Amino acid sequence: MKKNLKYRMLVVLAVVGVSIYLFVPPSQKINLGLDLKGGIHLVLQVMLRDALLAEAEQVRGRIDRELRDKEVAFAESRTVDKPESPEIEILGVPPEAQDAVEVQLREYSSSWTYQRRYGEGQVDYVLQMIPAVRKYLAQQTVNQARETISNRVDQYGVAEPTITVYGSGDVQDQIIVELPGVDDPNRVINLIRSTARLELRLVHPEKSSEFSSRESAAQAFGGMIPPDYEVLPYRDINETGGQTMYMVVRKAPSVTGRHLKNARRSQDSFTGRSEVSFFLNTEGVALFTRTTEQNVGNRLAIVLDDEIRSAPVIESRIASDSARITGQFTPEQAEDLALILRSGALPARITILENRVVGPSLGMDSIRRGILASLAGAGLVILAMLIVYRLSGANAIICLAINVVILLGVLGYFRATLTLPGIAGVILTIGMAVDANILIFERIKEELRLGKTVRSAVDAGFTRVFTTILDTNLTTLIAALFLFQFGTGPIRGFAVTLAVGLIANVFAATFVSRTIFDWYLQKREVTKLSI
Amino acid sequence: MEILTNPKIDWLGKRWIFLGISAFLMVGALVSLMTKGLNLGVDFTGGTLVYLKFKEEPVLDQVRDALNDAGIEAEEVTRFDEPSTNQVQVRMARIATEATQDLSLESNKVFEALKARFDAQVPEGKVDLNNLTRSALANELQQADPEKLREKMSVSDFARHYTELADRIVDLRTAQRGVIRDLSELKSAGVADEVIKSLEERFYLGSFTIISVESVGPKVGQELQTRARNAVLFSLLGMLIYIAFRFRPIYGVAGVIALFHDVFITVGLFSLTGKEISLNVIAALLTLVGFSINDTIVIFDRVRENLRSVRRADLATIINLSVNQTLNRTILTSGMTFLAVFALYMFGGEVLNGFSFALVVGIIVGCYSTLAIASPVVFWWQTYSERRKKAAKTVTA
Repeated sequence: MKKNLKYRMLVVLAVVGVSIYLFVPPSQKINLGLDLKGGIHLVLQVMLRDALLAEAEQVRGRIDRELRDKEVAFAESRTVDKPESPEIEILGVPPEAQDAVEVQLREYSSSWTYQRRYGEGQVDYVLQMIPAVRKYLAQQTVNQARETISNRVDQYGVAEPTITVYGSGDVQDQIIVELPGVDDPNRVINLIRSTARLELRLVHPEKSSEFSSRESAAQAFGGMIPPDYEVLPYRDINETGGQTMYMVVRKAPSVTGRHLKNARRSQDSFTGRSEVSFFLNTEGVALFTRTTEQNVGNRLAIVLDDEIRSAPVIESRIASDSARITGQFTPEQAEDLALILRSGALPARITILENRVVGPSLGMDSIRRGILASLAGAGLVILAMLIVYRLSGANAIICLAINVVILLGVLGYFRATLTLPGIAGVILTIGMAVDANILIFERIKEELRLGKTVRSAVDAGFTRVFTTILDTNLTTLIAALFLFQFGTGPIRGFAVTLAVGLIANVFAATFVSRTIFDWYLQKREVTKLSI
Repeated sequence: MEILTNPKIDWLGKRWIFLGISAFLMVGALVSLMTKGLNLGVDFTGGTLVYLKFKEEPVLDQVRDALNDAGIEAEEVTRFDEPSTNQVQVRMARIATEATQDLSLESNKVFEALKARFDAQVPEGKVDLNNLTRSALANELQQADPEKLREKMSVSDFARHYTELADRIVDLRTAQRGVIRDLSELKSAGVADEVIKSLEERFYLGSFTIISVESVGPKVGQELQTRARNAVLFSLLGMLIYIAFRFRPIYGVAGVIALFHDVFITVGLFSLTGKEISLNVIAALLTLVGFSINDTIVIFDRVRENLRSVRRADLATIINLSVNQTLNRTILTSGMTFLAVFALYMFGGEVLNGFSFALVVGIIVGCYSTLAIASPVVFWWQTYSERRKKAAKTVTA
């Protein structure tokens, strides 16, 4: 018995020691949630349709070109945006060209299936993306977006950001971004959500001037913009006087952001205005050189996120690797744009589903109040325990302290984040810990009333109550597990602290408390227990 | 110390009184839920909450006017936290279209509208010190160079010096909950008098600042609602199954009925007082579920033990005995957790208010239901099923 007790005391000390080691210093080991520390919490939705549509458009372009190269007859091809997944249509194929078209389409059969639609004297083909391919593409898009965003956040310089992919559908298409301590939400949100799709596109060679509206642009082509071209807005403080004009540019870009090597803020040597210079990689330079060579006299539009930023005339073949984006930038804006371009374009647009900005002062206030309230609560409970149970109450308080220490240790080990609901979990744990002690003490009292000796009353108290403690804690633990499984952020935080606390509780209430009692009883002949 | 020595209360004998009280409370909760409904927070409805901190005591009507004039439809403009903190909460409904993407915009609109009203006469060219970010303030300070150090220091030392000063000022502002009322307060951040003088030429103190924004889109609101509901339902189910397995099925059912009773009455009280239900309140309701089931199991455990050890006693006697034997523990546990939670309610501030309110109410109701609801349900079921068994026997005989 004596030896056994020594071992048990060692176990208690070891557990306490390891726990303390795990959470000291708390400022480094335990993260405070955004609701306590202040910062930005964003839930972003990746618009997967964008990426799927872009893919479809690319495949359509390829098929179109291949059919034309082989001189297969068909009327037109187009991409149709459907809510589920985009479709490609090859329209007006005469019967004699059917075989040739189908041979071509079969090239894409690993990701696109086709169906025929018979009309009068001609066949239309409808291509649909295979669901598995769509899912793969979608997930890839989300991952790429996550990558890009974390790139941008890193470059902006946020300490300990968390960026996680999340969602409940068959494709997880949401991204949760948590940025502690950031105090300029507008700037960061802009930085994250800018698509930053940079393209160099040729302006229509014959009608290369600016139009005042989309309608007048269409009129210049007799009401129908050629299928390979589209109308984009154009705003430039120097050229258009800040008014929005429109230009007709090719749909297919000559050079894209993928050919970008670097981007940085620079200054116009004449006006001193901030602008952004970007640099092309080898492939980009080759494309750029060829484009300028073949299109001398044309205009080349620099397009950022479907808006023309400038459209200089190509004077001669340019073999340079750099170009500039001008506009009315503040130095900060130019800096941000360069950063975004460096980190690459987002593969799809992003919508903000949820946006929480907790100011540092509010978070600090919550902590201050929370600590004050917890101390007051703990003080009251300690006082009450000492009044009701006297010396045994002190035992319960030690157990309570050990319980909290273990809880903090486990949280520290997992680098868990403590949020307001998490603190609720701690409170429930403390409540259950107090309860476990009360259960045991009341039982011991009962046994004493039955006339048992102190030692056997303590023995009986612990043994009898053990199943009760196990049952209550296990039931709550089951609830905690379900909450973790089905809950979202804050509810999960609650579930985690609760689950850990409950396990610590069973250990503290049955093992630690018992050890203290045994230690107290073996040293002296106790005839009256202070309880 | 003994709270009650050897109580002999006939709990089951008073079950009709208890049932009456519970029925009254539940019907009251139901009526309130049906007529007043619940004040669901933006977590669940979608929408935007903007928390503002004013330098002086704000006049809510002025805030409403300013928002109205700017065409912002604020559902609610209320004081937040203690009046002395000069804080205001503006709640806006979410426009439920996918096109309204820029959630960050709404707080900006509020900011602009209030700025136009409350800081209308600002000297040209001055910058609002209460609404500058850390890095922007550092920039401004470097440009202003209030300590005339440009010539005396290397470029990097110069930048570092003013970045540190900006940090001190912003930390002071944060410690004062977001606003500086008078530039002379900067003295406590170690800024010399002459420097404060020269700061006055460049900065002014805006009359308010945004301390926090919560903006939730309708889609997320829906999802959070479903998830919170599923989490609660499945955890209830899990507990039911566990108790049914450890005791008897009817004990699980009785426990969950008691839980439902507690949560329903607490939610009813939220409806009656019009307090907002946020995700944090849900966490509190879950805590309450934990406490309540804990209480119930303690009694059930005792009933199980007594059923084994006390022979020749009918169920009613055993249930009464068990409730009485654990009565001290029930009162003490509830009392102590109540103390802790009450402290949270008193000192926890506005952010924790809804949360601690749910717990304060829940612990009282939970303690009551443990004594008055859970065991009668078991009692009724057992007597009912025994009668049926007897009836079945008579029929077969």
